[in-house]
Amino acid sequence: MSAIPANLAVEVAPIAVSRGYWATVFRRTLRDKVTVVCALILLALVVIAIFAPWIAPADPLATSMLKRLAKVGSEGHLLGTDELGRDLLSRLIYGGRLSLFIGILPVVNAFIIGTALGVTAGFAGGPVNTAIMRTMDVFFAFPSVLLAIAISGVLGAGLFNSIVSLTIVFIPPITRVAESVTTQVRNLDYVDAARASGANALTIVRVHVLGNVLGPVFIYATSLMSVCMILASGLSFLGLGTKPPAAEWGLMLNTLRTAIYTNPLVAALPGVMIFVTSICFNLMSDGLRQAMDIKQ
Amino acid sequence: MLLYLLRRIFYVIPIALAVSAVCFSLVFLAPGDPLSAVLPPDATTELINKLKADYGFDQPLPVQFGRWVTRALHGDLGTSIATGRPVNSEIGRAIVNTFMLAMCACGIGFFFGLLFGIVAGYFQGRWLDKLMTSIAVTGVSMPHYWLGMVLVIIFSVLLDWLPAMGAGASGSDDWMWDWEHMKYLVLPAVTLSFIPMGIVTRTVRAIVAEILNQEFVQALYAKGMSAFGVFRHVVKNAAPTALAVMGIQLGYLLGGSILVETVFAWPGTGFLLNTAIFQRDLPLLQGTILFLALFFVLLNLIVDVAQGLFDPRIKR
Amino acid sequence: MTTLLEVVQLRKHFPIKGGLLNRQTATVRAVDGVSFTVEQGETLGVVGESGCGKSTTARLTMHLLTPDEGTIVFDGKTVGSSQMPLRTLRRQMQMVFQDSFASLNPRLTIEESIAFGPRVHGVPGKEARERARDLLAKVGLNPAQFIRRYPHELSGGQRQRVNIARALALQPRLLILDESVSALDKSVQAQVLNLLSDLKAEFGLTYLFISHDLHVVKYMSDRVMVMYLGKVAEVGPVQAIYNKPLHPYTSGLLSAMPSLDPDQRTAAPPLVGDPPNPINPPSGCRFRTRCPYAEGVCAEVEPKLSAIGADRLAACHMVNPDSGHTKAGMALDVPVLPSLMKKTEATA
Repeated sequence: MSAIPANLAVEVAPIAVSRGYWATVFRRTLRDKVTVVCALILLALVVIAIFAPWIAPADPLATSMLKRLAKVGSEGHLLGTDELGRDLLSRLIYGGRLSLFIGILPVVNAFIIGTALGVTAGFAGGPVNTAIMRTMDVFFAFPSVLLAIAISGVLGAGLFNSIVSLTIVFIPPITRVAESVTTQVRNLDYVDAARASGANALTIVRVHVLGNVLGPVFIYATSLMSVCMILASGLSFLGLGTKPPAAEWGLMLNTLRTAIYTNPLVAALPGVMIFVTSICFNLMSDGLRQAMDIKQ
Repeated sequence: MLLYLLRRIFYVIPIALAVSAVCFSLVFLAPGDPLSAVLPPDATTELINKLKADYGFDQPLPVQFGRWVTRALHGDLGTSIATGRPVNSEIGRAIVNTFMLAMCACGIGFFFGLLFGIVAGYFQGRWLDKLMTSIAVTGVSMPHYWLGMVLVIIFSVLLDWLPAMGAGASGSDDWMWDWEHMKYLVLPAVTLSFIPMGIVTRTVRAIVAEILNQEFVQALYAKGMSAFGVFRHVVKNAAPTALAVMGIQLGYLLGGSILVETVFAWPGTGFLLNTAIFQRDLPLLQGTILFLALFFVLLNLIVDVAQGLFDPRIKR
Repeated sequence: MTTLLEVVQLRKHFPIKGGLLNRQTATVRAVDGVSFTVEQGETLGVVGESGCGKSTTARLTMHLLTPDEGTIVFDGKTVGSSQMPLRTLRRQMQMVFQDSFASLNPRLTIEESIAFGPRVHGVPGKEARERARDLLAKVGLNPAQFIRRYPHELSGGQRQRVNIARALALQPRLLILDESVSALDKSVQAQVLNLLSDLKAEFGLTYLFISHDLHVVKYMSDRVMVMYLGKVAEVGPVQAIYNKPLHPYTSGLLSAMPSLDPDQRTAAPPLVGDPPNPINPPSGCRFRTRCPYAEGVCAEVEPKLSAIGADRLAACHMVNPDSGHTKAGMALDVPVLPSLMKKTEATA
């Protein structure tokens, strides 16, 4: 008969630290190859954009009427030149800076503002909620394209104006999602338990509500990034975004339009960049959503 | 139920008023003198003042707004500064063009969207599903104005099968459903159809997959129902959501896609808006924005009411 | 025995909005004049059907809902006054909810959840965490194994123990248990109930125990309060109520309890129909539409909670000798409802 030594019986090893929610999400994301590939592509684009001065072979603003609309693979210009003779490869690389900037920043802004508004509306309820949400409803009636163009048309072209315009466009949808999630969370028992502990509203929001709200809102915001990219470039395409001679993918599509008859490949290239970036954002957002949908 | 309807319609009035006020004041926030597009740079002060009086720009803003609203309620939205024609007729013609384009685009988009969505839903997880889903994601992520350019490059420039721009020599005044006119419609409609196609595919796939995964479908098969019978059940259950999504997409497209219309110079409402912005044609801009804004407010109302009618869970 | 909690004429109505301008069209009279006391050290059980207002009463007592009318007096001090502001009340009275999963923040570890309450009241982090660990041990969960876990990794019974620990973290004197064991399997229920009894003895607690399960209430309570449609029907010591109910509703409830004894079969349900709508309760006595002893006076006059004997209260015209009911003052002589008759015959 083997008796378990007394000290061994009592000292069971404690279970290893269980992973937190975000750590689990991260692990699951890493297993999804598509998402990882998209994330890497986007990372590469960002890196290239940041280090543009060191990577680009030529000056993106250097014009040359002699060399205009050179074909892809011409000497000295790997991807040809545009209608003013500027090296396309360099302009694409530099273009990433502005395009990514206008594509991401408005969503980030809207995320901050929209979450603040939505959580306030959801948590406070009553007249505050009605006031905020009805205001959002007015904006929500319009498709984003129309709203962006209307606001930009009023404010005028330019980088700053487009960012303002796009931020305004994306605040209502984010607010709506944030409010909806906050209302759901607010009605759960653990918020009541927190109130029963005597915590004040701010503490409850900080400790209990935000942690559970930020996740879903964040996912929604990432899905908006691809839309923002397309919209931002669309604004430039219409002449309502960045102004020439800046290098920006949408603007380049605009100015190269007339070139489609003489040099179609070059004319189409900027759009490829927009397309690739947008699709990567979309796939990454889908992957993140799946990773966060942990069945409990 | 009637009360719900009335209440919704009741709310439209203040919204419409707010929207009109915003539309009206938008253009005054814009930098630049509204008349600068029309006046020669060396115009005399008298001329400027006279034109201002003609257009009523010398009155205080609330008065201008009031006059504008009264006239608008009578159907008079002013005269376009650039073309001299009444704004109404400009918008009227543009609507017809956009309508045609939207219907064709939706027709193509919905057809393929439903097809791909149902196939993807039935073949969940297999390569066919992945293929359909990829097409859908492409449709949603693609900058459609770029797609338009690419299609123009392929079909107009390289192959010369289809015209690149415009709606035909005579515009839409005497449209006939023959190839001479329809060839202008093909490229814009196909380009535009990618958006509804992408969205409908994703939505339909999700619903069909969800329905097929439910236990009652297994019960149907166990009862000996044929695949076609099950299919009818799936369609019946998926119809409400699918129809809702398609309705909303149609609504959006009816509002005019400014980007695609610009690429193809298709004379629809979107193109009109573009022109108005760049020519700083104030009456046209106000009129167009107002029309589009009210159109979308109305569209939302219809969608809300329709949802209330069809979904028994929404309290009456 | 000193009275720890006294609730006087609690009233809470919920408006129903409708109509063209979203005006209020009707009211749900969830709690309509409820008064009771809880003595120090006892367990007061609260029973009733769904919709009778038990949970709303609990939330009103906890001040998670603001009462429309009524006062709550804790330890002799009126709640809300300068002697007993809300924040002080929070340290005296805590609640354990029904849904063990929804009661815990899925993003916080068990330790953080339990330590939250003390930290809100200024207890330093280290001490709060130590208190959390002690309490986990007290409720039967090994701290080393559970402090870093998340709610979704625990079973229902374990989560409910955590909820109890969390409620005790603020060292309250009164604990409200709102259907706390209803969602658990029977075997787990027994364990948690025994735990509650042990904790009550160890910490000198007072319980307000709400449940729809009559067996459980009988097991746990010293006194029982029966509620019907937002009002108190009857209050009394548990043995007295279960042996000889005064209010017809109570006797109906008791006779509906399924029994494992094959000789005691209930032939027909003693209470027929669904409880009427709390939006439009019947006039006079709310139970009259289902009561076999209802008479004219029951529709006209609402019976008040009258005392019978030293420690029982009932709101029925048959209790009060001056009520005008044919059986006024004869509540103790009223035969029990028919199905109970079958039982007593069988065992006679």
